[in-house]
Amino acid sequence: MQQAIIIPASGRARRGFGDAVFATTARASGGLVLLLLGGIILSLFIGGIAAFREFGPGFVFSTEWDPVHQKFGALVSIYGTLITSAIALVLAVPVAFGVAFFLTELAPAWMRRPVGTAIELLAAVPSIIYGMWGFFVIVPIMSSTIQPAIINFFDGIPVLQDLFAGPPFGTGIFTAALILAVMVIPFVAATMRDVFDTVPAVYKESAYGVGCTTWEVMRSIVLPYTRVSVVGGIMLGLGRALGETMAVTFVIGNADRISETVFGSGNTIASIVALEFPESPQGSLKLASLLALGFILFVISFIVLAISRMLLKPKATGG
Amino acid sequence: MTFRTTALAIALAGFSFAAHAQTQITGAGSTFAAPIYGKWAEAGATATGVKLNYQAIGSGAGINQINNRTVDFGASDMPVKAEDLTAHKLMQFPTVIGGVDIIVNLPGIKANELKLTGPVLADIYLGKITKWNDPEIAKINAGMKLPSLAIATVHRADGSGTTFVFTDYLSMQSAEWKSKVGSSTSVAWPNGAGGKGSDGVAATVQHIPGGIGYDESAYAEQNHLTTALMMNKAGKFVAPTMAAFVAAAGNADWSKVQNFAIDLNDQPGAASWPIESATFVLLPLDPKDEKQSTAVKKFFDWGFEHGDDIATSLLYIPLPQSVHAAIRTAWKAVPGTM
Repeated sequence: MQQAIIIPASGRARRGFGDAVFATTARASGGLVLLLLGGIILSLFIGGIAAFREFGPGFVFSTEWDPVHQKFGALVSIYGTLITSAIALVLAVPVAFGVAFFLTELAPAWMRRPVGTAIELLAAVPSIIYGMWGFFVIVPIMSSTIQPAIINFFDGIPVLQDLFAGPPFGTGIFTAALILAVMVIPFVAATMRDVFDTVPAVYKESAYGVGCTTWEVMRSIVLPYTRVSVVGGIMLGLGRALGETMAVTFVIGNADRISETVFGSGNTIASIVALEFPESPQGSLKLASLLALGFILFVISFIVLAISRMLLKPKATGG
Repeated sequence: MTFRTTALAIALAGFSFAAHAQTQITGAGSTFAAPIYGKWAEAGATATGVKLNYQAIGSGAGINQINNRTVDFGASDMPVKAEDLTAHKLMQFPTVIGGVDIIVNLPGIKANELKLTGPVLADIYLGKITKWNDPEIAKINAGMKLPSLAIATVHRADGSGTTFVFTDYLSMQSAEWKSKVGSSTSVAWPNGAGGKGSDGVAATVQHIPGGIGYDESAYAEQNHLTTALMMNKAGKFVAPTMAAFVAAAGNADWSKVQNFAIDLNDQPGAASWPIESATFVLLPLDPKDEKQSTAVKKFFDWGFEHGDDIATSLLYIPLPQSVHAAIRTAWKAVPGTM
């Protein structure tokens, strides 16, 4: 009896103390994240302020990147970052949707686990591996087979022949976007599969009950029910694509100019920072410009996040 | 040989006590020079008692580190300007020399068959010559069947000392290159694609028929890349061989330059290869610990005395003996014995 009284008492006391410690730790962790985020933004801005001061708002709109004459502009890498991510999403989202659709609705039960695991494994491959694979496997195929074929196919068609033109380097904006798409697919597909699985079976069964086809169930029941999370998954993929460094650096061709063709070389904010950082003396305008680029990438990610929130809001309340 | 063994024995005896208490020196910078410093450190460890901790982080980063005095010496592939040396209280000396090869990928054309001149090379990289059968190239390659391929220029995407040497050479050869592009570790390339690192440039050139690029001679040699002949100052076409690199270094006039900041590009002599450069080490004139700068000097002294064969085996070009002597004299300005 005595023991039975003592144990809960001491247990309660310990629990009270533990609660306090846990609450403080949790609060501190939350605060630390905010502090870190603010600190990174601030230090990037302070580091890049020399570039903003020197070039003014023109920094964002200038296509020049000339280390010899100390003229730096961000537009080429901003353009490269946005265009590669956009093309990557265009390529990745349909495939990811197909994968998730197949896994949740069509695949036989024995297949779902292994294929699902394989997709998660793809997401865990380090980006340097994608870069090397891209450079040593995909780039030669692109330059010897795919690019010449596409260039010939569109030759003579206005607009498209200019979009797909130029010497088949193999590297370039399109190859980078392709590699990015492969890297993004697992993220988007895994998210989509997980959220498709959350749709209550009774909804789907009801739809099938009134004679819907599998596609109609997907379009009218599953997608509306999971829209918010699907867009969230795509945004997750976009976030990865915007900041991807190593894989892109290997295959984008790394040229400081905007090409009019998607096979042309370019660079992204992340790739130019990775390449130029080691050769940027302290206090130089180049280093400031690179830090300013980092700040701009931060802002772009922020805008993307904000837009996705805005897109989701009215629909979320409506649905 | 016997002299060398004796010298080694004396050195061993002299430093036998030091070998027990090893001094660790730290260096940072040039990736190009990292293999030779590593090998010198390994081979000379017992004789000098110096253990090297070298970080191959790139020349620019190496200069930053030594300016901040976070390492005992910095290493740069590009000579530091005299005013910067004074501002940061640094002493500069070269250690070894590396050549830069021109590599090409032309169907049916083997190594050291294609001939190029500096001005033609500059026009190719400027985008003024765009086809391999351009009359300018055909003129210097009489009798060779040149394909009607587009020229795809390839350059280093990452900031690199190799790019500095190459663009410095083009600036010498073409006034237009000098005014439009100039020379630096990374420049605003008028056209072409960038490869990351020496391997990136080599692989990109090999992917594209009609490709042309530049790489360190050691890398080109080890990977059996298809190199081109270049015309030197004497008007002779030379192949990128060890003999040609040594000839250029030997024909250079080292006595006239300050801080050893010599430009080895386009040196006179019929056998000289026109594109090459020394790699440099930066020592603080106000070291925090004199023992450390003594150890650094001891390390490089061993390398100059016994390391030429190692350098040659790694396909670096050793400095001429007279330059070794001049460096030892210049070291007197740096605190610490030797």
